[in-house]
Amino acid sequence: MTRTAITAAAVSILALGLAFGPAPALAAKNSASIGMQLEPPNLDPTGGAAAAIDEVVYANVFEGLTRFGADGSILPALAESWEISEDGLTYTFKLRTGVTFHDGSAFDADDVKFSLDRARADDSTNAQKALFADIASVEVVDPATVKVTLSQPNGSFLFNMAWGDAVIVAPETAADNAAKPVGTGPFTFAEWVKGDRVDLARNPDYWGEPVSLEKVTFKFISDPTAAFAAMMAGDLDAYPAFPAPENLTQFEADPRFSVIIGSSEGETILAMNNKKAPLDNIKVRQAITHAIDRQAIIDGAMFGYGTPIGTHFAPHHPAYLDLTAQSAYDPEKSKALLAEAGVTDLTLTLKLPPPSYARRGGEIIAAQLREVGIETEITNVEWAQWLEDVFKGKNFDLTVISHTEPMDIGIYGRDDYYFQYADPDFKAIMADLANATDPAKRTELMQAAQKKIADDYVNAYLFQLPRTGVADAKLKGLWPNSPTQANDMTGVSWEE
Amino acid sequence: MSIATSTDRTFLRMALGHPAFVIGFVLSSFFVALALISFVWTPFDPTKLSIANKLQTPSLHHWFGTDHFGRDMFSMIMVGARVSIAVAFVAVGIGMIAGVPLGLYAAARRGSFIDELIMRGNDLVFAFPSLLLAIMITAVFGPGAINAIIAIGIFNVPVFARLSRGAALSLWTRDFILAARVAGKGAARISAEHILPNIANLLIVQGTIQFSLAILAEAALAYVGLGAQPPLPSWGRMLADAQTLISLAPHMALFPGFAIIITVLGLNLMGDGLRDLFDPKLRRER
Repeated sequence: MTRTAITAAAVSILALGLAFGPAPALAAKNSASIGMQLEPPNLDPTGGAAAAIDEVVYANVFEGLTRFGADGSILPALAESWEISEDGLTYTFKLRTGVTFHDGSAFDADDVKFSLDRARADDSTNAQKALFADIASVEVVDPATVKVTLSQPNGSFLFNMAWGDAVIVAPETAADNAAKPVGTGPFTFAEWVKGDRVDLARNPDYWGEPVSLEKVTFKFISDPTAAFAAMMAGDLDAYPAFPAPENLTQFEADPRFSVIIGSSEGETILAMNNKKAPLDNIKVRQAITHAIDRQAIIDGAMFGYGTPIGTHFAPHHPAYLDLTAQSAYDPEKSKALLAEAGVTDLTLTLKLPPPSYARRGGEIIAAQLREVGIETEITNVEWAQWLEDVFKGKNFDLTVISHTEPMDIGIYGRDDYYFQYADPDFKAIMADLANATDPAKRTELMQAAQKKIADDYVNAYLFQLPRTGVADAKLKGLWPNSPTQANDMTGVSWEE
Repeated sequence: MSIATSTDRTFLRMALGHPAFVIGFVLSSFFVALALISFVWTPFDPTKLSIANKLQTPSLHHWFGTDHFGRDMFSMIMVGARVSIAVAFVAVGIGMIAGVPLGLYAAARRGSFIDELIMRGNDLVFAFPSLLLAIMITAVFGPGAINAIIAIGIFNVPVFARLSRGAALSLWTRDFILAARVAGKGAARISAEHILPNIANLLIVQGTIQFSLAILAEAALAYVGLGAQPPLPSWGRMLADAQTLISLAPHMALFPGFAIIITVLGLNLMGDGLRDLFDPKLRRER
């Protein structure tokens, strides 16, 4: 009696399960989980340098006056249009109207003034204060117009305003953005489970074109093996900066996935300590560059993904000069240069940070240098140690690193920068560039700068780090390139 | 009681009749032989990169295949055996050379302040998880084979100190020690001439076990990047390198993994066998 009752109950439960079980899978998917390698320390792009902050909130939660497009171009965002005065000193921004912050308050010119003044204030915690250095004053003309006056012409001012560090925040909520970001973007912040994920939800009151996705989850999976498994299992819909290039061939072979190979702003270099003997000798540095076979490094460390570079400039930039031939692979020339410099029995330290391009690339470089008679002592270091020892302490001979900031050739003019170049002639080129607004003149100066550092063999320039992403084949609209550190989900949708 | 009482011949006969010992001895000798041969010959240069030949599966040309840089895996395993065995040997040596005299001294001065000091110091080192201690040491002094040896050596010291103190304590109450004391021998001479030979078998057994643990520790340190640094091959780092390639080139993980397992298994079997062979009770039964 009891047994039959239980059996009947079990059968009906089973039947229910069979009837309703598979149903949800048929519903159209309108959420996406995006894998990221690093978790952001906070979610306030105006208060931290970590790339992971912008990778979550840029263009999704926060917007600036201008923004980067997928191709790196500067597009209008909260500023609908702008006018630049003849002398290049005054920018008048016409703002969009009807825009509200996620907390319901309206966006107007006062918010722009507040955000820019806050970022350039003496006590500002903005990680890129240099972006605002040329601003002399910000004036509110009317609620929809802002006039920014510069102290000197700055050809890259609109570019600067597109950075994640220059987003517009509301005075009421600015202080809490680190944990609970409130912006004007198409997604609102929903939840942050520390160590696991950040959830964003669609903003129903967005001023622009409504986005397709209802929910976006950024999941933090740093281990490449775990990331591979999560993609394969379908726990992630995309991993825009996949950390293990060796797995890409497997994704390429699988019709469920599409592999997106784009360009990044990461110039990967073998940095040399220019003030430390014998690397203060240009012949030794030149010998090192000729000892390196870039293609072998790209094939061995990056599994073929990467573009060789001959100077510190992104190949997809219009002003790029291909100078790879100047430091072509030529072990004989390298040996001759070493002999000319009178250097024998050279042993150099080579410190390698954690990313695989550095660890693997470093091992290949060590083997290539050994071929020309330079011994290296490899030390694998963690990021904190690298920053302390190499970047701050300058206690190194060689290190492999990718400089991922856009247009960062200016670092060669910085005093006290870790590879210790800071050549006065180079600084002069940079000063001219900062003042130049004429595009032709700017291109000329950028090319002069590229030539200068290639001629001085400051570092060995290896390859442009590709942005190797992997995504569900049906997920469309992800950025192939990374003109800035961002995962713009605005245009992402599921294919029907 | 000691090895000296039985002739070498009977010992050898017993050893050959002990299957665990024989298997363990053969397995460990195999890797010792590989390590020794690697000094004079390897099929390929284990540090020579050949990117064009990367990730080849095992073949007659490359017996264990090639890794992600096109290096010959078999040559790397051979040289890796050398690194593992050298690190483990020196580390256990440090543990014995420092630990045994400490233990014997503590036993000779049992109950004294010095005894307390040595043994509580040992407890302190023991209280740290051994691998954590090793990571701390390599983090402070920098990664590398030498620092790995020191780190593994340090946590071997209390093992031998405690073992030799315990064994020596029980011997100090024996009549033959009393006889030696009556004959006017000092504590140091008694420890060296009477105690040490009588605890040698215990030390050899423990040494074999510690040796296998040291190989594991070295592999673990190398795996997290704190052991021998490239280009020197190391089993632990070979495993770490293979991690992301495991679905693409499983041979890259299998061979160093097997090398570690077989060596550790061999040493443990040999240690067990030696313990049985040295045990007078078991020996009488035979």
